[in-house]
Amino acid sequence: MFIPFIYELRERKVPVGTHEALSLARAMSYGLHRNSLDGFYYVARALIVHDERHLDAFDEAFLHHFKGIEIKSLELKDELLRWLQEAEKEFGDLTPEERELFEQFELDELRRLFEETMQEQTERHDGGDRWIGTRGRSAYGHGGVKRPGIRVGGPGKHRSAIQVADARQYRPYRSDLTIDVHQMGMALRRLRAFSREGTEEELDLDATINETAKNAGELEIVTRPPKRPNLRVILLMDVGGSMDPYAYLVSRLFTAAKRANHFRELRCYYFHNCTYGRVYGTERFDRPVYINDLLRECSRYYKLIMVGDALMAPYELLSQGGSITYNETNRVPGIGWLIILREHFLRSVWLNPEPQAYWGETTIGHIRNVFDMFPLTLDGLTDAMVCLSKGREKR
Amino acid sequence: MDRLSTRFKGTKTYLTNAALEASVNCALVLEKPLLVRGEPGTGKTLLAEAIAEALDMELITWHIKSTSRAQDGLYVYDTVQRLYDSRFGEGNVHDIRNYIRLGPLGGAFTADKRKVLLIDEIDKADIEFPNDLLHELDRMQFKIIETNEEIKAKYRPVVIITSNAEKELGDAFLRRCVFHFIDFPDRELMERIVKVHHPDIDERLVNQAIETFYQIRAMQRMRKPPSTSELVDWIAVLKSAGVTNTQLDQNLPFLGTLLKKEQDLVTYADQLAGGRRWRS
Repeated sequence: MFIPFIYELRERKVPVGTHEALSLARAMSYGLHRNSLDGFYYVARALIVHDERHLDAFDEAFLHHFKGIEIKSLELKDELLRWLQEAEKEFGDLTPEERELFEQFELDELRRLFEETMQEQTERHDGGDRWIGTRGRSAYGHGGVKRPGIRVGGPGKHRSAIQVADARQYRPYRSDLTIDVHQMGMALRRLRAFSREGTEEELDLDATINETAKNAGELEIVTRPPKRPNLRVILLMDVGGSMDPYAYLVSRLFTAAKRANHFRELRCYYFHNCTYGRVYGTERFDRPVYINDLLRECSRYYKLIMVGDALMAPYELLSQGGSITYNETNRVPGIGWLIILREHFLRSVWLNPEPQAYWGETTIGHIRNVFDMFPLTLDGLTDAMVCLSKGREKR
Repeated sequence: MDRLSTRFKGTKTYLTNAALEASVNCALVLEKPLLVRGEPGTGKTLLAEAIAEALDMELITWHIKSTSRAQDGLYVYDTVQRLYDSRFGEGNVHDIRNYIRLGPLGGAFTADKRKVLLIDEIDKADIEFPNDLLHELDRMQFKIIETNEEIKAKYRPVVIITSNAEKELGDAFLRRCVFHFIDFPDRELMERIVKVHHPDIDERLVNQAIETFYQIRAMQRMRKPPSTSELVDWIAVLKSAGVTNTQLDQNLPFLGTLLKKEQDLVTYADQLAGGRRWRS
């Protein structure tokens, strides 16, 4: 009975193998599940899931397998985004001006609404009568295209295992959704390096014993410099415009990076859409710092982390004088500056809060050719840190 | 086969639910370590004490620090003491066993009764720490290299491991554990928990305090939402100060017991004001 369930779990990316299956079989042979489905739910959960991030997927698999209902909620987010995308396609025959207007305002506005809804929505909802999203009316104002709403309802009381699983209370712990400061901090800790530098003030016990023994028992003290973190990081963040929906997410990353005490040095700068000759010390684009100065001050061993949605008008990235800041006239196009940054630093990554489904189109595709890009989720951040410390994998 | 009949059902002061009991019993019967995770303040460490009490076993606690090494849990060879003794001609320097001191894990292995071993906050140690204990926890035996002595558990201890997820634990390690994630208690359980800690308290105050507590927890963008232990402390303070009204408003008494971060106090004030001012 439960072998197909194991495969169901594997399909949902819960790492479960023979070891877990055997443990579960043993537990059942001892009657730990008390011959009930509820008992089986708890026993299986204890033995199969090793991480709270997989609890939600487990619940889902359990529901799917034992209730036999179609699970749609996981696709909720994808579905919504796809729907937004399709709505966008329907406007394919707009004039370029209209299209630009639409891209700059409406899609962002929709995304922002959508993100807010997703942040507030913490549980899976079955049935109900409240319509969220755009409530079926057109937000575009062109052509009067009607779009469907999404129906959600309130959470239920939990009683049986099915109901517990159905409540999907572990949804906030999913690693493929966005993350809190603490988890980001943990992911950042993957990035670390230590070295022994400075004055010799730590007793090297092993060497002392060795030397003392060689010295016929007369004490010979050996000291060494203490181990200190030796990691310097530059964080470059895109702010304003299309990044507004992600402001809270990025601020959490910023907090986590600031709080990480294993960085020897952390420099944070801001830019808008793309980097040109300079970056800025504040979110309001004060205190400009010339990139050339920055590169002179920072050796190639600094780790560069770029954060941005990499979405902009193509000319902002590819043309001379394309900078969106009106008092800047750049002679090197934005992508040139990005390449300069990439070439200078030995290790660099780009973190993108935009859902991965959208990569490849638009300017993201160009920037991905320059930087290794990772989604700004817990998994993505972890992969990015591994890439920063061990180098990129072959693409 | 007494391990098959022992079942954990919580104690008078430690309330459990079906999920937790199932996890603990799995660990007991399958003789695997139980890995407990959950928000700070949900009683991870207390669980080990409760298990020890319920099963009438002695609890050995091994608090992990950032400097802890896996080896320390097994045994320590006190070279410095031996060196010192040899210089001044004290003790029996020729017998290495005099300088071997068993750690918590070694102590639990050699004991004459089944013990509960709590490895507290395993994530505080270095990333490699759990992997270094893989074999020892699996086979429940290790070798003292200096004396070539094999230490094998007479009674396999009940191992409880707590973690705050500050570091990732390796897959190999996780596979050997029974995992339990302590949920945040729902209202009903919370009321029972509060009553266990404060049996003689005004019903109305408890209800109101819990109501307010959940309202604060439901607020968005709290960096450190208050947890069970904070609620229990808060009610204790309210009780001793004789406060009777804990309506959610700007002057909530002893808010500092619940919210411990400056930003959270700001968020709290903001959300009470109906704000959305966080964006600025």
